[in-house]
Amino acid sequence: MMKKLCLTMLLCVPMWALAGEAQDIADDPVMETRMIKLAEKVRCLVCQSEPVSTSHSDWSNDVRAIMRDKMKAGASDQDIMDLLVERFGKSVLFDPPVDNETMPLWSAPFILLALGGAALFYKLRKRQTTVTETALSVEETQRANDLLNSAKDSQT
Amino acid sequence: MMRFTLPLVVFLVLAAFLYKGLGRDTREVPSPLVGKIAPAFVLPNLQDAAKQFSPADMQGKVWLLNVWASWCGACKDEHPLLMELSKQNIVPIVGLDYKDRRADGLATLQQAGNPYTLTVMDADGKVGFDYGVYGVPETYVIDKKGMIAYKLIGAVSAQNLRETILPLVAELEKK
Repeated sequence: MMKKLCLTMLLCVPMWALAGEAQDIADDPVMETRMIKLAEKVRCLVCQSEPVSTSHSDWSNDVRAIMRDKMKAGASDQDIMDLLVERFGKSVLFDPPVDNETMPLWSAPFILLALGGAALFYKLRKRQTTVTETALSVEETQRANDLLNSAKDSQT
Repeated sequence: MMRFTLPLVVFLVLAAFLYKGLGRDTREVPSPLVGKIAPAFVLPNLQDAAKQFSPADMQGKVWLLNVWASWCGACKDEHPLLMELSKQNIVPIVGLDYKDRRADGLATLQQAGNPYTLTVMDADGKVGFDYGVYGVPETYVIDKKGMIAYKLIGAVSAQNLRETILPLVAELEKK
């Protein structure tokens, strides 16, 4: 009986309680939610394409710790983002701002789309003119009719 | 003729872009700190915690700041090059032991040799953060006015040293 009870209690211990991530949970749940929301917008530079909010890398842990510290000190979200950009550059932002430096990045898809559109337009117009130009001569019409008729004959 | 040239041109442009991308390290991001004054700090010496160092101490000198740690594998790759560089007495190298334990840092230098003019201890990595460190090793070239002239993320290579770092140091020395 005692053994069973012990086993049941053991099963109730959640796995994450053993995972050693307790350090990530701040004393203030409201601030923690705010921090995670902000960290979702920050790229983990050592893992790439993963936000700091979900990364377990050492670097991301540090960034989260710094975010918490700054929030405790009363910094706004914008202050923290500015600090990160100042240290690591705009590439830490998943959504980089539109400015002179990032202009090629933002405009490239539209330029490519315009180029593709222009090429398609040019091509279609050219095809239209070639189609109208190729009117059949009398001989060709005769031959085409003959062929069509012979096809009809062979069917019957 | 046009039928073949256009796709060919498109292909060549695409191929050129892809080829250029092949050898690129996507982990390397341009540092916004290049061209700015190196962030100030005061840190204790690795060998003697009572002694302190600040970048202001190097005012008027061109120097290298090399971020390393005992736990960092790539640091071992660049270590022999730093040893060689320190023997040539061209430029002072300040080591920054990043997120490390004092004993481990000291043991590493004892085993592999100490290429550093002096080494400071950044136990919690706060200074490293100010310098935008995210991958150790990192090397900064700092000029006489205390401005960061160059930043290298990852291990120093013989080629990089010969073609980039040393010419830059020589040029900055003249200023």
